[in-house]
Amino acid sequence: MAKSALLKSSIAKKYWMALTGLFLCLFLTGHLLGNLQLIFSDAKHFNEYALFMTSNPAVKILSYLTYISILFHAIDGLMLAAQNKAARPVGYAKTNPSANSSFASRNMAVLGTVILIFIVTHMVNFWAKMHFDKNMPLAQQESMQMPGQMEFIGVPGSRVPSIPAQGKSLHEIVDEVNKQAMAQAQAMGEKNLEKAKKFEVEGSDAIKDLKKGEIIFKGYKDLYKITIDFFKQPKYGLLFTLLYAASMIVLAFHLLHGFQSAFQSLGVTSRKITPAIKFFGTAFAIVVPALFAAIPVYIHFFLK
Amino acid sequence: MASKKNININLKIWRQKNGKAKGQLVDYKLDNVSTDSSFLEMLDQLNEQLVSQKQEPIAFDHDCREGICGMCSLYINGRAHGPDTGITTCQLHMRMFKDGDTIYVEPWRSRAFPIIKDLVVDRSSFDRIQQAGGFVSVNTSGRTIDANAIPVPKDDADKAFEAAACIGCGACVATCKNGSAMLFVGAKVSQYALLPQGKVEATQRVLNMVRQMDEEGFGNCTNTGACEIECPKGISLENIARMNREYLKASIK
Amino acid sequence: MKLDSKIPEGHISEKWTNHKNNLKLVAPNNRPKIDIIVVGTGLAGAAAAASLGEMGYNVKAFCFQDSPRRAHSIAAQGGINAAKNYQNDGDSTYRLFYDTIKGGDYRAREANVHRLAEVSGNIIDQCVAQGVPFAREYGGMLDNRSFGGTQVQRTFYAAGQTGQQLLLGAYSALSRQIGLGRVQMFNRHEMLDLVKVDGKARGIIARNLVTGEIERHSAHAVIIASGGYGNVYFLSTNAMGSNVTAAWKIHRQGALFANPCFVQIHPTCIPVHGTNQSKLTLMSESLRNSGRIWVPKKKEDAEAIRAGKLKPTQIAEEDRDYFLERRYPAFGNLVPRDVASRAAKERCDAGFGIEANDTNEGVYLDFSTEIQNKGKQAAYAAGNHNPSAEEITRLGKKWLEEKYGNLFTMYQKITDENPYETPMKIYPAVHYTMGGVWVDYNLQSTIPGCFVAGEANFSDHGANRLGASALMQGLADGYFVLPYTVSNYLADDIRTGKISTSSPEFDEAEKRVKDQINNFLSNNGSKSVDHFHKRLGLIMWNKVGMGRNAEGLKEAVSEIAALREEFYKEVYVPGSADELNPELEKALRVADFIELGQLMAMDALQRNESCGGHFREEYQDAEGETLRDDANFSFVGAWEYKGDDISKEELHKEELKYEFIKIAARNYK
Repeated sequence: MAKSALLKSSIAKKYWMALTGLFLCLFLTGHLLGNLQLIFSDAKHFNEYALFMTSNPAVKILSYLTYISILFHAIDGLMLAAQNKAARPVGYAKTNPSANSSFASRNMAVLGTVILIFIVTHMVNFWAKMHFDKNMPLAQQESMQMPGQMEFIGVPGSRVPSIPAQGKSLHEIVDEVNKQAMAQAQAMGEKNLEKAKKFEVEGSDAIKDLKKGEIIFKGYKDLYKITIDFFKQPKYGLLFTLLYAASMIVLAFHLLHGFQSAFQSLGVTSRKITPAIKFFGTAFAIVVPALFAAIPVYIHFFLK
Repeated sequence: MASKKNININLKIWRQKNGKAKGQLVDYKLDNVSTDSSFLEMLDQLNEQLVSQKQEPIAFDHDCREGICGMCSLYINGRAHGPDTGITTCQLHMRMFKDGDTIYVEPWRSRAFPIIKDLVVDRSSFDRIQQAGGFVSVNTSGRTIDANAIPVPKDDADKAFEAAACIGCGACVATCKNGSAMLFVGAKVSQYALLPQGKVEATQRVLNMVRQMDEEGFGNCTNTGACEIECPKGISLENIARMNREYLKASIK
Repeated sequence: MKLDSKIPEGHISEKWTNHKNNLKLVAPNNRPKIDIIVVGTGLAGAAAAASLGEMGYNVKAFCFQDSPRRAHSIAAQGGINAAKNYQNDGDSTYRLFYDTIKGGDYRAREANVHRLAEVSGNIIDQCVAQGVPFAREYGGMLDNRSFGGTQVQRTFYAAGQTGQQLLLGAYSALSRQIGLGRVQMFNRHEMLDLVKVDGKARGIIARNLVTGEIERHSAHAVIIASGGYGNVYFLSTNAMGSNVTAAWKIHRQGALFANPCFVQIHPTCIPVHGTNQSKLTLMSESLRNSGRIWVPKKKEDAEAIRAGKLKPTQIAEEDRDYFLERRYPAFGNLVPRDVASRAAKERCDAGFGIEANDTNEGVYLDFSTEIQNKGKQAAYAAGNHNPSAEEITRLGKKWLEEKYGNLFTMYQKITDENPYETPMKIYPAVHYTMGGVWVDYNLQSTIPGCFVAGEANFSDHGANRLGASALMQGLADGYFVLPYTVSNYLADDIRTGKISTSSPEFDEAEKRVKDQINNFLSNNGSKSVDHFHKRLGLIMWNKVGMGRNAEGLKEAVSEIAALREEFYKEVYVPGSADELNPELEKALRVADFIELGQLMAMDALQRNESCGGHFREEYQDAEGETLRDDANFSFVGAWEYKGDDISKEELHKEELKYEFIKIAARNYK
């Protein structure tokens, strides 16, 4: 009884919406703090942060939780919306909804769907690039040893501290080295040239020594550059900035109702704490999306 | 001082022969409606007019006409029980309308409230929810303990009363964009959860009542708060939160 | 016919206990073989259906509303009496018994009333156990308030919605039995006739109000708990659907109808405002705890108020006539309802009425004194011993709001006036009917197997009911009397087996119902049902209302007889029989009201005395108080149906013997 109740009943669906929603609020906070480095910090620190977020195992678990929450929140939400629609097969000819409820509270499914579309495009633009793009650029800096030359920044602990980049990608450099090695081997009469290969690109940001079988170099993916370029591109930069800001307004409305609604759904209410929750929720719904939106606006209009 | 005057109004009223027939909004004109009349007295007047023209009068539910039986309904100009707050349709007075107004009158709309005729709907789903657990299982022998044997804190008693003031009219369902009955069920669950006499069966009660509510085809609460605003008895959303708590407690037990 | 009230022997305080001990029982294994029909789901009906279902009988319950929770018991506002003596002010079972007999102007049956007082305490225990949220004090104990006609605080309440809370309590008990399958509920069903087999009540004919189907239901016993007949006056505080049909149909089948002329006119209702008005709204009697009733002392002031030239707040204290306090200093504004109503009528008839309607009928119920008193108290309680006038007023209004907020809001919604600022306007209105089907001590009518409970019977309130006693009686009958007495009757039926519904008796009853419906629908009339109901109401209010005299009553009898004829000739009922048809429902009910109205006038005419709610203008003392005639009228007048011509009904008398209470003139001075 109790078990199936916790999965199927209408109230349980509310609990899941609330719990995943509140978890996503936590995610938003963390994500925002990270992103704010785009304004308040520099490329180096931002890229370091980006690497941390993609490699730390604890963060990994959190990120999977986030994906699951988003999916669950969206699917549960859409299922609820469909059920709720079915609860009134014939609608009213005349309605006056603003007399008794707020815009946000009535349009959570629509707002949520817009946010879901935003999340998908957002992930295609940034997350997918970061994770899967073989040509993802790595962060570079001027070589200390050879001023004037650019080199990749290696993660602390990388054995080869720096590799001269000179505008080349990691693949190009590795290919070049391997080509040389293979040419040498060919000259030596070696048949299996593959064996002669020295290095291999691991993922898109690391070099593996094939002989030793270990990573000898790991660089920073230059998410900073990707982000700046995205919002600064001459043709669409303005459009992307505005769309981003608009999405944040949608998010604000979603949060305006969603935050305090989650506490109501979980039954966390009382004469004393409910006003506090409502105040905090409203502040959260305004401040967090506003700061998110400030980042692309800053990049597009103010970043030199 | 009440201002006595008469107004002329236009009405768009839902007419439907029976549950299976197709219905539609029909236009009526009614003149000389006293602003001191209640909304239902206005409908009486219209029905008298229809009967005198040998037309079939409009069927609508009503009984006590003092806002307590919960029988009257009507979705008037997009609002359950009409434009005033804290009242039922029988307490709505025509002074809320102006001369020349067009007034839409529709039945409660919900899958769990099928239409019987015109503006009359079947709310027996509420009864079935009550039958699933809205009681204390005590026999009616009168041989219980003395009424004052268990003191009940005044605050709890007052809150239980406020929840118990629900008249079961269905305005919460009618006005909720999701057709949810959670204010009704939350009020009932709360009344008993707040009183020592009801606590014994609290677990089974909330599970059973919510199960029945779901089976009846009501929608889900999304906390828009419209029900609280339109409830003629001002039942608080706090009761839904309490039901959510009770349900969580019962589910993990 | 000899009326046998079956009052048990013994001392009054032992009658019920002894009687219960000697009643026959039905063993649990036999109860499922027995069917019981309960008509009406108010306090009495719901309580009876729940209790009998709980015992194991097969119960079928019927109500015309869309849910049993809507019965008009729900509208009772003020409270329920019980001799608990929680307030330690000298209350006892005897005192409640005595107050009720005296309040009823010595026209109630002693044994029934004492039983009611005895079980009153159990009602409160039972309701609290069911989760009824009565008002409580800060210590967690139950709170009480005063009501009219008593000098103790014995009224339990739940804000101004006591009836609602008690009904929902009974409804919850009933719902539990429905959920368990022990009670079968028939919502939107109206009983249209009783079926008698071999002289016993064995079933009913009911109309499914949604489909129009005429249904046969059989049972070993039938309980009628269909409420009172106040709607015979058209305008009353009753619900629109409240009707006498079930009770009248059993009367036509042989049940005597007792004291039909005993009608309670409630003193505090919102005055009539217009011709389209459909009902009158009660303002709880509890308001008389805090409000003072007055009219201007000077006629010209009253005239100026009616003309809208003067406001009540502009009338100086010394120009106000607090007529209840003046005439009845001991009870003041808390005299019984009949006394308060008549006093208001007396002032209005004398030209001091303040309502600007056709009849000028209205008096003030003023809370300004209470605002000052309670405001000062509240200020002192908060430690402020030197409050300003504004503070006192503010605190006083807050106190009022807490106590009567919902009533004040209700008043304001209806009248568009703010009772915190200006006195309420009130006037008496028809509220409750003490008369009803005659029953013996077991609540059985003169038809074996047909029991009648709650307002539908005549038994406990004599010629006037005290406030907060109707709820008490309904629940007492349903929870604590019928389960015993019905079982006693059914003990002889354990071998009877199922009652067939295909007997000639059912055929005949169904034919009666169908014929009546067809007659209405095929009638070539032109006037609506309400047209006749309103005309009946006017005759009743003017001639069988608060003040009655032989001449008017004779006129009423003949006018109603004529109205009846016209009704059948001229009424137009639209629609068909096989659908939801509210006009048809009304026609069937009004037909019975007309017949009853005539009987009420006849009953009032034969009772040549004034008692309780029955005030014959010929019988009053020099001060306008009622003059009872105990030598000639200390009886229950029970009428026997003798065919369609109501004037042929025959009066039977049940002598009222007062063994334990000394009869005295009723004095509230």
